[in-house]
Amino acid sequence: MSKENFLGRSLVSILDYGKDDYLTIMEVAKHFEANPVQNILSGKVIATLFFEPSTRTRLSFESAVNKLNGKIIGFTDASTSSVKKGESLKDTIQTVANYSDLIVMRHPIEGSARYASEVSKVPVVNAGDGANQHPTQTLLDLYSILKTQNTLDNLEITLVGDLKYGRTVHSLIMAMSHFNPKFNLVSPPTLKLPDEYKLFLKEKNIPFAEFENITDTIKTTDILYVTRIQKERFSDPIEYEKVKNSYVLRNEMLEGTKDNLRVLHPLPRVNEISTDVDSNPKAYYFQQALNGVYVRQAIIALILGLI
Amino acid sequence: MVKENKELKVSAIKEGTVIDHIPASKLFKVIEILSLDKIDKQITFGTNLESKKLGRKAIIKISDKFFEEDEINKIALIAPDAKLNIIKDYEVVEKKVVKLPKQIHGIVKCVNPKCITNYEDVPPKFTVLEKNGKVALKCNYCEKITDEENIKLL
Ligand SMILES: [Zn+2]
Repeated sequence: MSKENFLGRSLVSILDYGKDDYLTIMEVAKHFEANPVQNILSGKVIATLFFEPSTRTRLSFESAVNKLNGKIIGFTDASTSSVKKGESLKDTIQTVANYSDLIVMRHPIEGSARYASEVSKVPVVNAGDGANQHPTQTLLDLYSILKTQNTLDNLEITLVGDLKYGRTVHSLIMAMSHFNPKFNLVSPPTLKLPDEYKLFLKEKNIPFAEFENITDTIKTTDILYVTRIQKERFSDPIEYEKVKNSYVLRNEMLEGTKDNLRVLHPLPRVNEISTDVDSNPKAYYFQQALNGVYVRQAIIALILGLI
Repeated sequence: MVKENKELKVSAIKEGTVIDHIPASKLFKVIEILSLDKIDKQITFGTNLESKKLGRKAIIKISDKFFEEDEINKIALIAPDAKLNIIKDYEVVEKKVVKLPKQIHGIVKCVNPKCITNYEDVPPKFTVLEKNGKVALKCNYCEKITDEENIKLL
């Protein structure tokens, strides 16, 4: 375990880290799951700068910090901050860096997190930069997979929904590529995984195949990772209505699946997992969200050298 | 009278660097990238010279100037066939070709309209990749790839 690799370093992109780093975070997250309330952030100030609202992610970070007795400053929406008055990102970051030990930032512009990390004197944790990266989501997905399967190695993972624009799916493919997975890609023809990711899988000799129905591969699946299909991705509303209902996971589809299968979803869910799945022991998405708190505690503690 | 050959249309230099085989259309970009408009050495330019390979080429002769490799390699993106002749006492003492650097700072615009480099005053930075024998630039900020055919200079 090389905890030093995180010390004082910004977390911007999942691509900046390797297998050992992921495993270090998993190990530390496990420690926080066992001891989620601690005093280690006492005297520390964490800034949460949400240039676009994301209540779910912000609350998860703030819960992580509060449980470790840290203080939080920041804003929840750029329309209420100096950014509205036209301040540059650089100026905002440099100002806030004076008042805090670590900055958690969500921003709609791609690459903004990398830039913030370059101009900030304190480490920056990327909580989503547009369609680009959202590394803490990927790490909590990894942690959820590890917890439910007791391993990250040799798993069959079925990815369902919007595989074209879904950033969580792309990052998960990259992160899991270290662990000898097999991928089933289930999506409408218009929302297939982009070629650059297929090329990546081919180069790494990772088996994958494309399907159009969830039931095509559900019987052999270990992890069923469902994502939302967004209406705004379709120019034709009729096309959306057709597609929407053919990518819905229903409870009866889980009959005869492997005992260890778990259903993951980055949330928020709309209708792609019907509510009758919620009480199925194979549904894991709410627990998955809770895991985000431990993973974020681990990341903050590692970066600040408190563990 | 001796008939001038094509190479002599731009006068020779005593010491310095000759950059040959620049596509004629890229001459002014090369001048800009190398900041030749800001140096006080004697410089001669020739452009629209005939070239079998490039159609029309340009040539730059800079007296008393020798480039660092990192500096000159910046032009590889727009003048990949450029050749350098290092001149000492009117003689070519060394020939060099330009090589693509591993990183490119500035020069190129990121293809992604949602990239921070297209919003704020952030100079673009790219990692140079090879994709199917072509140059591709991966943005260090938004991580999107700009393919060779989409490369636009700043
Ligand atoms: Zn970019």
